[in-house]
Amino acid sequence: MTTVIADGWTMTRRNMTHVVRAPEELILYFSLPIMFVLVFGYVFGSGMQVAGGGSYREFLLPGVFVMTMLYGLGATATGVALDLSRGVVDRFRSMPMARSALMTGRSAADLLRALLEMSTLLVCGLLVGWQWRQGVGKALLAVGLLLLLRIAITWVGIYLALLVRNPDTVGVIVFPAAFPLSAISNVFVSPELMPPVIGTISEWNPLSATVAAIRELFGNPGLGGDSWPAEHAMLLAVLWPVLLIATFAPLAVRRYQRLSR
Amino acid sequence: MTTFEVVAEGLGKRYGPTRALDTFDLTVPPGTVHGLLGPNGAGKTTAVRILTTLLRFDTGRATVAGYDVLRRPDEVRARIGLTGQYAAVDEILSGRQNLELFGRLFRLSRREARRRAGELLERFGLDEAAGRSAGEYSGGMRRRLDLAASLIRRPRVLFLDEPTTGLDPRSRNQVWDLVRGLVADGTTVLLTTQYLEEADQLADRISVIDAGRVVAEGSPDQLKAMTGGDRIEVVVRDAAELSQAARLVAPICGADAELDPEVRRLSVPVVDRVAGLVDVVRALDDAGIAVEDIGLRRATLDEAFLHLTGHRPDEGREPVAAGRKADVA
Repeated sequence: MTTVIADGWTMTRRNMTHVVRAPEELILYFSLPIMFVLVFGYVFGSGMQVAGGGSYREFLLPGVFVMTMLYGLGATATGVALDLSRGVVDRFRSMPMARSALMTGRSAADLLRALLEMSTLLVCGLLVGWQWRQGVGKALLAVGLLLLLRIAITWVGIYLALLVRNPDTVGVIVFPAAFPLSAISNVFVSPELMPPVIGTISEWNPLSATVAAIRELFGNPGLGGDSWPAEHAMLLAVLWPVLLIATFAPLAVRRYQRLSR
Repeated sequence: MTTFEVVAEGLGKRYGPTRALDTFDLTVPPGTVHGLLGPNGAGKTTAVRILTTLLRFDTGRATVAGYDVLRRPDEVRARIGLTGQYAAVDEILSGRQNLELFGRLFRLSRREARRRAGELLERFGLDEAAGRSAGEYSGGMRRRLDLAASLIRRPRVLFLDEPTTGLDPRSRNQVWDLVRGLVADGTTVLLTTQYLEEADQLADRISVIDAGRVVAEGSPDQLKAMTGGDRIEVVVRDAAELSQAARLVAPICGADAELDPEVRRLSVPVVDRVAGLVDVVRALDDAGIAVEDIGLRRATLDEAFLHLTGHRPDEGREPVAAGRKADVA
């Protein structure tokens, strides 16, 4: 057990060192959400409505937080796929280290990274007039939900990388998949204002659950409608990520073991 | 059995209908270099991946450093080093950070990992580049870093899978010198290569493998002898006299000569080298056949290989199997 933790931590440090030595990627992942805040908050935002009223930028920010967690998928999957393609995974597998360390180390490092991204975004949010209105406790709970979602997304990313293996292909897949997932949700627009079918899909989108839950915890506008998922956002914001982890973590582990086939 | 550092008995591994390995046998005594020689797709890499615990196999048995590869993989992993065809290092981390990372994962203390990294960087001539990302290293430097990483725990058995493929001659010589040094210190080495010269230079014994099984085994000299040993080559001045010359030398050497009329050359295997040469010269002279060139030629490993497998080592065999294995690697 101690070796599992020790090796996991060694691999976490390795991945964090990557961020320090090659910060370009981090800049890319930082600039994207900030761009969304600026473009949607200021350009489209002037024409946007929030169901139930309120400031659009304040409505938007929790959505952008969640989207940032989602786009972490690209970093995770590309990182794992790069390891696989470079043969360095073969070296790890030929060493007497804990088998789990590659994945736990990735997961932990991505979580630390998400914390870094979150703090930057919170500051950006405060600068454009967003704020939390329900006290620090609930705000921290909201950050907790975001990180839970990030863990779930990490495991999806690890599985995706083990499935596809080629880092270029991973890059090509992730963004076209992630963008509609974030658009057909309550990130930018309240589902009540969408055509019925798309609105329903948006409401059941796992991302929407987290967005709705943290809007509530931050006390931001846009508490959506009286549909079942909207009324049980808090429950779903826990349930969806747990379900994703319970599905994709075993899948990823199995896929990893199959490397020795 | 325990006297061998590497033992493989009847190893078999198939990918669908393709047999990557088919009753593969191998024994390597401690402190020796054993070469696995074979064309692309012959099963060299598959064998190494099985023996280094990276790949499961379907049939047979294997032990490395005295431990069963299947049942005690962690004991095996603690005693081996692996340098593959693709430098398996972290390209973003510096050379030093790479060695420290692997040292930590080999259960060295932080201080010990740092000390060992410094030691290896110096020994492999990488101390000046120690702070640079491994991704910026030249091919030769990266291979040396990779080799250094496999030596952190002073492995009992070192696996080198085509360690010099893609290297320039100077880097190749460096790697060879490093390997010789390790063997002098008592390390056992299993080396795969498609370069005959490399096997000839480094290996004490060679297994020639083709289509997943060992087709011949022996010292480099024994393998060369399998082709029929040395040959006498004669180039005649007049092409019309070539077949007459061939008729004359055949009874002397006790074997039929091979003819190459385009260059007016015949080539015949010979056992008693000097006496054979003298007799051939005399016979040709007596018959009045004008000779442009005559000489003894030692057999090369290249010919041995051609003789044993029916094709040259750098020609791929079964491209499907090769592609499949590349995919796995």
